[in-house]
Amino acid sequence: MFYYLALAAILFSIGLFGVLTRRNTIGILMSLELMFNAANINFVTFNKYIAAEALLGEMFAIFIIVVAAAEAAVGLAIVLLIYRNWNGIDTDNYNVMKW
Amino acid sequence: MTDGSQVGIVFWFLSFVILVSGFMVVSLKNIFHCALFLVLCLFSVAGIFILLEAEFLAAVQILIYVGAISILLIFAVMLTTNMATKKVSQSNENVAVGLFVSITFAMSAILLIDKTSVWRYRDQAQNISEGAIVALGKSLMTQFILPFEVVSVLLLAAMIGAIVLARRERS
Repeated sequence: MFYYLALAAILFSIGLFGVLTRRNTIGILMSLELMFNAANINFVTFNKYIAAEALLGEMFAIFIIVVAAAEAAVGLAIVLLIYRNWNGIDTDNYNVMKW
Repeated sequence: MTDGSQVGIVFWFLSFVILVSGFMVVSLKNIFHCALFLVLCLFSVAGIFILLEAEFLAAVQILIYVGAISILLIFAVMLTTNMATKKVSQSNENVAVGLFVSITFAMSAILLIDKTSVWRYRDQAQNISEGAIVALGKSLMTQFILPFEVVSVLLLAAMIGAIVLARRERS
């Protein structure tokens, strides 16, 4: 079980690194998907090792996947909008949210 | 892996593929190659799910992540970047800080997992019964009926939101 949890932790850190260092907005979204997957691995591992008869972990993972799909759809629509309005999706191109 | 050397070999292979392709996703220069490595990574995560006896989840993973989200990402890549000419660095000036933060996070998380004792008294793989998918479907329709409906409304809202956002405004 330790190895599964460690794998999830390392995958989460890789995603974190991607979110912190990517310049491309789509790259940031991809790294977010990696982090979602790390969380899912954790849930399924705990489901298998701690409460296999209740299936709560798998249920939670299904809902996480659905929310990730919704997030990807809205996020990529926003990315397209940014591309159309600012001619590029690099994160240093747009700073309208700064005050 | 303590039990079953074959399971252990499969686990090490899958985790190697996951980590290498995940690192490729965050480090490659060409964003399209990143998307392809993301597909490989998600596929291997589905393999991990099968290893953990969550077959339904593996199928959902392949259908939704590999089938839908990756295609969406690849479409967005092709709609926004001109792939052939893009050879500039894809990462910003925070690489050192990001590397430090993520490595620190990984080390502390693994240390915490190693030190914690919450799961140790049950560190034994339990058998998931054959009818797990039936139980999953039943509890989705009884115990989890409210989150199920809420998540469907969420999907509808996301769909409408994406259409409204990406629509070209007529003037």
